[in-house]
Amino acid sequence: MTRLAAALIVLVAALFSASLVTGPASIGAAEGLRALILGGDGPVPMVMREIRLPRAILGATIGAGLGLAGAALQGYLRNPLAEPGLIGVTGTATLGAVLAIHGGLSALTPLATPAAALIGAGLGVALLMSLAAGQGGALMLILAGIALAQLAAALSALVLNLSPNPYAAQEIVFWMMGSLADRSMLHVALALPAMAVGWVLLLTTGRALDALTLGEDAAAGMGVNLARLRWQIVLGTAAAVGGGAAVAGGIGFVGLVVPHLLRPLTGARPAALLWSSALGGAALLLAADIAVRVTFPERDLKLGVVTALIGVPLFLHMLARARREGGP
Amino acid sequence: MSGFRRISEAVLAGVLALVAPAAAEPPERVVSMNLCTDQLALMLAAPGQLVSVTAFAQDPRQSAMAAEAAALPANHARAEEVYALAPDLVLASDFTAPATLAMLRRLGIAVETFPAATSLDDVAAAIRKMGSALGREAEAEAMAARFETDVAALRADAAAAPRHPRALLYEANGYAQGSDTLAGEILAAAGFANAADEVGLAAGGMLSLEQLAMLAPEAVILPEPPPGTARGYELLAHPVVQALGAQAVPQSDRDWTCATPHVLRAAARLAEARRKLP
Repeated sequence: MTRLAAALIVLVAALFSASLVTGPASIGAAEGLRALILGGDGPVPMVMREIRLPRAILGATIGAGLGLAGAALQGYLRNPLAEPGLIGVTGTATLGAVLAIHGGLSALTPLATPAAALIGAGLGVALLMSLAAGQGGALMLILAGIALAQLAAALSALVLNLSPNPYAAQEIVFWMMGSLADRSMLHVALALPAMAVGWVLLLTTGRALDALTLGEDAAAGMGVNLARLRWQIVLGTAAAVGGGAAVAGGIGFVGLVVPHLLRPLTGARPAALLWSSALGGAALLLAADIAVRVTFPERDLKLGVVTALIGVPLFLHMLARARREGGP
Repeated sequence: MSGFRRISEAVLAGVLALVAPAAAEPPERVVSMNLCTDQLALMLAAPGQLVSVTAFAQDPRQSAMAAEAAALPANHARAEEVYALAPDLVLASDFTAPATLAMLRRLGIAVETFPAATSLDDVAAAIRKMGSALGREAEAEAMAARFETDVAALRADAAAAPRHPRALLYEANGYAQGSDTLAGEILAAAGFANAADEVGLAAGGMLSLEQLAMLAPEAVILPEPPPGTARGYELLAHPVVQALGAQAVPQSDRDWTCATPHVLRAAARLAEARRKLP
């Protein structure tokens, strides 16, 4: 287990550094890292500190939040298909952000954007849990989630189409697919506190999720407060997903792919899957963000394109397997 | 039903062709369905000749002739409403939806399209083309000649400037206009060197924030944001743009986008900004 932790930490550190030295401005790796740490005059420290550093920080932290939320939802719902993007939580978070920005609240205080995204994500998770927890089963969760995701996407598109600004409708792609392009330290400051609260709430559910693998009655018998656990999952997911979605749009599939890849390495223990999925999510999103900059540097390719190309085949494979095994 | 419609359309087209004036006669009912042709037509048309312009032309944010346009009924560049105005000439841009223009032509209406201007020479050409489309050649020739004299004077003034500061035309979503564009020619006529050319964007293109920081131009000419917010404009408020130390010169779209003599106002304001630079 410590070997896995060490390997994942090294991977995240390597990808974080690679993210810092990737970009359209031709800056040598050594020159860039020196300017990042020591500062100095000229444009290089500005590019490193104001453009690439916030981008790398957001890639790592948003990825960590998505991976963690995916692992926690899957553990709590005991359903390997639960994922913030697929079940509409990311969608309701971005709807909250879109409403705050285009309704004018964010002009009053920038904090309104993450706050509204958090509320959107929280309502989304709570609604899904009331629909799908308990006897509903995996199919119920996925169907309700897809409906919620479509509704949130349609409402976001409606708000953006009604904007008096002719460029607002172009934003639909950003909110649906997500991007880390041209974010600043302000965005880090807005997203990070909410995400950190979410991580704490989710990481501390480990013991309860381990007990829950034995069933709800057994878990209750072992002293797990199920009502409290439920609130921790709802609020933690809302904060971890909402904070990121407010500044980077809706990035899908990270929460599905990462726990699935790491589950065999963690002995299928939900508690171990939580922290490893956080690290794995950070690595995956950093890698995806490097990929969008290396493959089409001048195109502002959206992150969701890359994560969906990785995630959809995996999702279909899992659905096929679920059906073979008697299914949802 | 569709056979009936086809026949009725053909009859209608035939009737329209009969009643339409011969080509030599100036058109009597002209409808413009593009912001740029709106403004040129407003400048050149005879009284009563122009019967409708687009709603964009009435928006003071986008149009330099909003007051004049407000006196006419507005259209929204839809075939049905344009047809209902019974025009004998429709003015449009090369970028107007082809399906709309094809339908108007099928209904027997003469359509004249204007290319988007990419240079100051194109502006003079557009003025003359509008003159011949409206049968107002003399007025157009006078306006074009005056425009050419003004451009020459502006360019002479720019050539005499002690130095040509490096500037960048930076628009929503990080689009930079190079020197081979109308905006780029306006910038050059105002005495600036275009920094976008240094990275191979003479024809215009996306310039990332990183490249902008590395170019470090002395002046950044930014658009005046339209009402409402959009992520495309958020970029222009990024700390890097603010920290460049470059002079930000906000510009309203209305004097820039269209091939009309109003582009000279934009150039004059830019030249003024250049003279204020240290």
